Amino acid sequence: MIAALRAARWALAGLPRPSVGLGLFPAVTVVVFLGPILVGLVGTLLPSFGILPALGGTEPTLKPWRDLLAAPGLTASIRLTLITGVAATLMSVALAFGIAAAWHGSRWFAVLRGVLPPLLAVPHAAFAIGFAFLVAPSGWIVRLLSPWATGWTRPPDIALVQDPWGIAYTLALVCKEVPFLVLAIAAALGQTGADGLLRAARSLGYGPVAAWVKVVLPLVYRQVRLPVLAVLAYSLSAVEPALVLAPTLPPPLTPLVLRWFADPDLALRFQAAAGAVLQSGLVGGAILLWLGGERAVALIGRRWACAGGRGGSGWGLRAVTAAGMALAVLAVAGSIAVLALWALARGWRFADPLPAGWTLDTLAAAWPGLAGPALNTLLIGAAAVGVGLVLVAGCLENGRRLPAALAGRALWLVYLPLLVPSVGFLFGIQVVLVAAGLDGRWPALVWAHLLYVLPYMFLALADPWRALDERYERSARALGAGPWRSFLRVRVPLLLRPLATAAAIGFSVSVAQYLPTLFAGSGRVATLTTEAVVLASGADRRVTAVYAFAQALLPLLAFAAAVGVPAWMHRRRRGMRTG
Amino acid sequence: MNGSLRIDGVSLAVAGQPVIGPLTLEVAPGAVVTLMGPSGCGKSSLLAFISGCLDPAFTARGRVLLDGRDLEGLPPERRRVGTLFQDDLLFPHLSVGGNLAFGLPASVRGRRTRAERVEAALADAGLAGFAARDPATLSGGQRARVALMRTLLAEPGALLLDEPFGKLDAALRDQMRAFVFARARAAGVPTLLVTHDAGDAEAAGGPVIVLESTREV
Repeated sequence: MIAALRAARWALAGLPRPSVGLGLFPAVTVVVFLGPILVGLVGTLLPSFGILPALGGTEPTLKPWRDLLAAPGLTASIRLTLITGVAATLMSVALAFGIAAAWHGSRWFAVLRGVLPPLLAVPHAAFAIGFAFLVAPSGWIVRLLSPWATGWTRPPDIALVQDPWGIAYTLALVCKEVPFLVLAIAAALGQTGADGLLRAARSLGYGPVAAWVKVVLPLVYRQVRLPVLAVLAYSLSAVEPALVLAPTLPPPLTPLVLRWFADPDLALRFQAAAGAVLQSGLVGGAILLWLGGERAVALIGRRWACAGGRGGSGWGLRAVTAAGMALAVLAVAGSIAVLALWALARGWRFADPLPAGWTLDTLAAAWPGLAGPALNTLLIGAAAVGVGLVLVAGCLENGRRLPAALAGRALWLVYLPLLVPSVGFLFGIQVVLVAAGLDGRWPALVWAHLLYVLPYMFLALADPWRALDERYERSARALGAGPWRSFLRVRVPLLLRPLATAAAIGFSVSVAQYLPTLFAGSGRVATLTTEAVVLASGADRRVTAVYAFAQALLPLLAFAAAVGVPAWMHRRRRGMRTG
Repeated sequence: MNGSLRIDGVSLAVAGQPVIGPLTLEVAPGAVVTLMGPSGCGKSSLLAFISGCLDPAFTARGRVLLDGRDLEGLPPERRRVGTLFQDDLLFPHLSVGGNLAFGLPASVRGRRTRAERVEAALADAGLAGFAARDPATLSGGQRARVALMRTLLAEPGALLLDEPFGKLDAALRDQMRAFVFARARAAGVPTLLVTHDAGDAEAAGGPVIVLESTREV
């Protein structure tokens, strides 16, 4: 019956019916990747009420929750989580929209769009470690300023990272979230007809910033609501930056819960599960509050838009946002640079602006230990990208024939892994994997990475996939090419550049994964990320820098390849260089 | 002077290739001057130049004076030049009344007063009671009328019409022409119309300047 209806719908729409195989792609993708999130949430919820047969929990009880509430520092941890998370989100959203409002249409905005993707590709762990090397009391910034400006001849006794207020942690989150939001806004601007509306508002006498905020922002915000919520969820549950940069007594909720999960006392797993559920609840509550706040802001904003205020020239906002963005870009670039310096430093006494000499000894000494995790990182990433490309291409090829409204609703599903805190469901998944004997094995790892790789690849590829002129393939078919041939010989080569970009994005997301690697690997599979995070708490900056820099280097290489390979393959095709 | 729009030896070029001009003309308050020419002759670029939105790829010479004031170097919003485009460009997130209030200057204070002004403009456009409507539910002709009223509520010193009837069907076009030109005259602002449709020029009733394409085809 349903099949008949569907066939009728295709016929009515005048579209070729997708083959049965193609129709399976979205179903498979949803079942394989979203089902487990639900299983994982339940698998975390049950232990929080004492049910975990593997550890002897068979009777429902409230004891895990009582233990959780009695845990020392819980209130302070929740407070820290909420303050840093909400502050980071508000600052990121304000700076990203401010940049777009102040610089829309300018050459600098276009330049920024080109600069941001590699910054976004820097893994959180590498950035957090580099950021610590940059702003710590003995960090590069203090060294550059000492002693001539500060008078310090030894590192000052001030908590510049892991400060009790989480300021360093919050700023680091902002540095990584603003590029993500600016790119999301830039993509949305292309779909809103913003230029025409702006022209209309300017001709009514509105200043550039007032025109953007009153006319373009409401339309763009609707398109970037999910990325904004993803930023909110991430800010409230970040792992690697929190481990490296947040205060430790107590830490934010996620590191606190991870501490309990890692405790040798297995009984703490129940309390940890309750903490993980609490973390999910915090994020869920924050998202609901944010959505409520949106309505209030929209109501006030609409009244304000119609009050007739024309706004000024916008130079103030231009200056402020440019300074903020420049700081964020410099912080990310500086963090990677300082990692490279430490990795190659022979010795670097305090207050010298640069190392005294250079050596490859640290690299050579680290290589035997580094090669294994590096290979694991590479292979898991390559496998995840390979599977991801097939699944995303299948879904998009199927989705191309769906009405746009349906495709819009599907976005919520795509974003689900980015909205649910990973600590909230990964334990439940680990329980299932252990029961199935799959934990620590390759399929489990690749699959856990795909949970995060897939959404980003989907988002990167969806627009170019739909934008490609259908008539290319139609003419190929008219020339006698079968569906596979026209797909492989026409669509894939024409989309080579977005495909390569999506692969690079997917690879960099995989390289960055910490918690999924830890849980799906049961802590037995080492990648550059897991090693770098472990080393970050140790003392030897040079060794830590080698691992963190290697972790940052892989995505950058992938991005260079994504630009270089299509450019080389199409070097004699002028029509392939733009668009 | 006194409220007129004066175009003084204006010419536009792209990469050294002349596109339009040099052109000199004056539009008195309440008068409508029509620039006619085929598409691609640069007439829309001329309007973009007057309103301050010219693509930086162009180089321009000459001056534009509104009420004796040289517009050179002023950002679009400071020129007091209202433009009616081929697309109505109503803001989809605001109601019809919200769109009109958007055009109203902030100096009109008080929510009551502003609402009354909006309602009066709607009544003038034959759309009384439409304030709360979603612009997406309006017909093409209704949207075009709202767009004109929004432009006029902003109290422009001059009005530019960039092929504003091009997307309307024939029956609606006559109505809309009469409506637009009557309102423009009543507002007493100098109005410059660019079009490739001789019917528009005829309906405008004012002087017509025919432009020829200077670009090689």
